[in-house]
Amino acid sequence: MNIAVLMKPVPSTDTRVKVGPDGKQLDPAGVSLVINPYDEFALEAALKLKEAGGGEVVLLTVGTSAWQPTIRNGLAMGADRAILLTADGPLDALQVARALAAEIAAGDFELVLCGKQAVDDDAAQVGPMVAELLERACVTVVTKLTIDGTGAAAAGAACIAQREIEGGLEDVSFALPAVVSCQKGLNEPRYPSLKGIMAAKKKAIDEKPAQVGAPSIEVLSLTLPPDRPVGRIVGEGVAAVPELVRLLREEAKVI
Amino acid sequence: MGILVVLEARDGEIKLSSFEAVSEARRLADAGLGGGEVVALLCGPAAVAGVAAHSGAYGADRVYHAAHEAFGRYQPDGFAGAVVAAQQVTSALHVFFSATAMGKDLAPRVAARLQAGLASDCTALAVEGGKLVATRPVYAGKAIQRVAFTSGVALASLRPKLFALTEHRPGASAPVEALAGFNFEASAWRVMTTGTSAATSGPADLTEADIIVSGGRGLKGPENFHLIEELAAALGATVGASRAVVDAGWRPHGEQVGQTGKTVSPKLYVAIGISGAIQHLAGMSSSRTIVAINKDADAPIFKLANYGIVGDAFEVVPALTEAVKKLQ
Repeated sequence: MNIAVLMKPVPSTDTRVKVGPDGKQLDPAGVSLVINPYDEFALEAALKLKEAGGGEVVLLTVGTSAWQPTIRNGLAMGADRAILLTADGPLDALQVARALAAEIAAGDFELVLCGKQAVDDDAAQVGPMVAELLERACVTVVTKLTIDGTGAAAAGAACIAQREIEGGLEDVSFALPAVVSCQKGLNEPRYPSLKGIMAAKKKAIDEKPAQVGAPSIEVLSLTLPPDRPVGRIVGEGVAAVPELVRLLREEAKVI
Repeated sequence: MGILVVLEARDGEIKLSSFEAVSEARRLADAGLGGGEVVALLCGPAAVAGVAAHSGAYGADRVYHAAHEAFGRYQPDGFAGAVVAAQQVTSALHVFFSATAMGKDLAPRVAARLQAGLASDCTALAVEGGKLVATRPVYAGKAIQRVAFTSGVALASLRPKLFALTEHRPGASAPVEALAGFNFEASAWRVMTTGTSAATSGPADLTEADIIVSGGRGLKGPENFHLIEELAAALGATVGASRAVVDAGWRPHGEQVGQTGKTVSPKLYVAIGISGAIQHLAGMSSSRTIVAINKDADAPIFKLANYGIVGDAFEVVPALTEAVKKLQ
């Protein structure tokens, strides 16, 4: 059975954000793109399922041709091929979800895996939106996933998952086909092997136009957060502790 | 035409974050958003209907209760069906959620069913020209985005602890009415929540904590985290950690603060032995007061900290723990 992994290239987490000339988007100059860290957990989970039960792992991305090198990193990790649904300009989550859902519906995927959110817009919307548009089961923020005891992702297979909630975990049961969004803790993503990197060069990235529909969100502005007031060093070593406690109690009033 | 606010119950009580959302909805309704009415929706077993009436004090005009025996736990498909039904019954053009684990899961499902725009994890909302404008952090708080809606229905999830909890109508009780007209048939649900288990070390989850004490690589090893735990216990705080120590396996991933962990905004954040990598700073820079304890006077964390102590954590932290204990 086949697994689709929704993957988004994002600025690496050590990026210093600068606002672009339009005042609405990140200035892409000097920004290095990486696979969204949560998507790596999704891809790792897909590769493990494939190793246990066979099938094909396909990366699905909505974006631009400039993202091909990052997509190829996913192929180097072990995905079989990739589909890049191309669109110009910024898209909102529902538009991205529509494009992905149309492609998934046209394919043969029993399981769709994605990250719990992308670390650029931090929206955490696309995965559950795709599931709703396809009327499939959806579980988000998953830290443990078990499919049917056999590891094979097959239609109707019974699944159980644990998802992270405030101060605990929820146990969830569902059946395939399904969409599962993955959280840190689910697994330890592999590094691409040299063999994987070589093989990835020959793997196909199939580009086609994305079917996105009308926008529902308009970005008005992107700004940097206000600077925090300049901090102060209270002192050095243990001698500074009484003054720190006094400041926290009398000035900040937090203890 | 009004604003629909989705409430969340836990242990038979409505969460404060839900009342924050009701308070904000009332403020926006009074500022001209929608027709002025605020309607709350609670999905839950029959027994919790009464506690929802208290949302009247925060400004709800009335409450719908979607009752199901399985609604003692969050049931994604059942709750989503109830929210869509309530939106249709009320013709609400705005639907608010708390950006809790439940709200973050539920809101995008509803958005897709209604073909509506959703602004996630908002930190401020405003009415401009009669329309909703949402402010939300992106890149884990390294930048701030303002968005408007071009869809007919607008959805927003509100980050807990950032919107004022305001008793607009002290002591008022909102009438609670059963929500009819949607499919309560659990057999149609594609996902079933079957149980919950607790799994944190502190008194509150990181995202809900008033005080967080976080440790980093400066602690030299997992065996020294008792220093963090003891200070946290004295402060009534929740324990956090940097990515470095989580990736090293010293601490569970659920404790990670930063861009690939939790984004937190407590009243007090104490960073110990954390130099302040940009991806960590992104996750905690909206904390009200930040304290840093670090050996290295040039550590980036000191630029963000309101109060810093340059010193050895192994000496400073036990002294601080003792000093805090003496306060009580």
